[in-house]
Amino acid sequence: MANKAIVAEKVGMTQLWDEENRVLPVTMLRVSPCRVVQIKTTERDGYTALQVTYGQKAENKLNRPEAGHFSAAGVDPGRRLVELRLDDVDGYEVGQELAADLLEAGELVDVTAVSKGKGFAGVMKRHNFGGQKASHGTHRVHRAPGSVGACATPARVFKGTRMAGRMGGTRVTTQNLTVVRADPEKNLILVKGSVPGPKGAVVVIRDAVKG
Amino acid sequence: MHSTDIVDLENLRDDIPEFGPGDTVRVHVRVVEGNRERVQVFEGICIARRGDGVRASFTVRKLSFGVGVERTFPVHSPIIAKIERMTIGDVRRAKLYYLRDRIGKKARVKEKRF
Repeated sequence: MANKAIVAEKVGMTQLWDEENRVLPVTMLRVSPCRVVQIKTTERDGYTALQVTYGQKAENKLNRPEAGHFSAAGVDPGRRLVELRLDDVDGYEVGQELAADLLEAGELVDVTAVSKGKGFAGVMKRHNFGGQKASHGTHRVHRAPGSVGACATPARVFKGTRMAGRMGGTRVTTQNLTVVRADPEKNLILVKGSVPGPKGAVVVIRDAVKG
Repeated sequence: MHSTDIVDLENLRDDIPEFGPGDTVRVHVRVVEGNRERVQVFEGICIARRGDGVRASFTVRKLSFGVGVERTFPVHSPIIAKIERMTIGDVRRAKLYYLRDRIGKKARVKEKRF
């Protein structure tokens, strides 16, 4: 698991110049300071995690369970509650703030988010199938999957055979992205490369598992 | 306005002159050779400008020993020391890719008269 983690919002992609003046593609993530609302421990909850919130939410928009949860913790209500699974939660306390200075440039991180929904997608887009020929008698099957199995034996289609269907909108992690810049004043983290999800997506940044 | 302006604005250059497709431009490019840095000039016709903000780029075409050479530069790249606009071209389209198929006198761009 991870040693440190933080919640952010995807702002979009842009580019910078690296030290050799080459284009460096980066994704901008806005890290509003997170407040720890609850600490989950092995003794009490069976696992270790930090429950954090970020941003602000008006008191009159809270339902009673939420309001009670925040007031019990003595933390200002935020936009949503996110759990960050960590190996070790010692040293964290309720009400503590996490900001962009948690990470520094050069570090490797994993970024998790819900990917963009692609709707009902065919096999070429969904499973990278090759499709069929463009001509030579091919008739209305250019992007079709072809055969999905044999004949009388087994007389059925195997479970898990890759076919068309809903694509995207799943939890995706991109591993080993380099942190290019972490700016606690502007509440920004820039990572090299792309990150799952649309602009505005809630993403979790953790130190790289395989880094 | 882009959502990424907060970082992009630091990287925009304000010393780039106005120029467009059809203009003859002289691009002074910083070339690093080992530890030495020198400036190389690439002069030709700007045949395209694309993108905006930090991602903007432009393409310059010239004839070098009878062979057409095109280079695409990011407008705000630090490798550009200076851009000079030599002449203003009188052209009717934004992308002058038709120049690639033309040779000799036909490959010229008329200069704008005011």
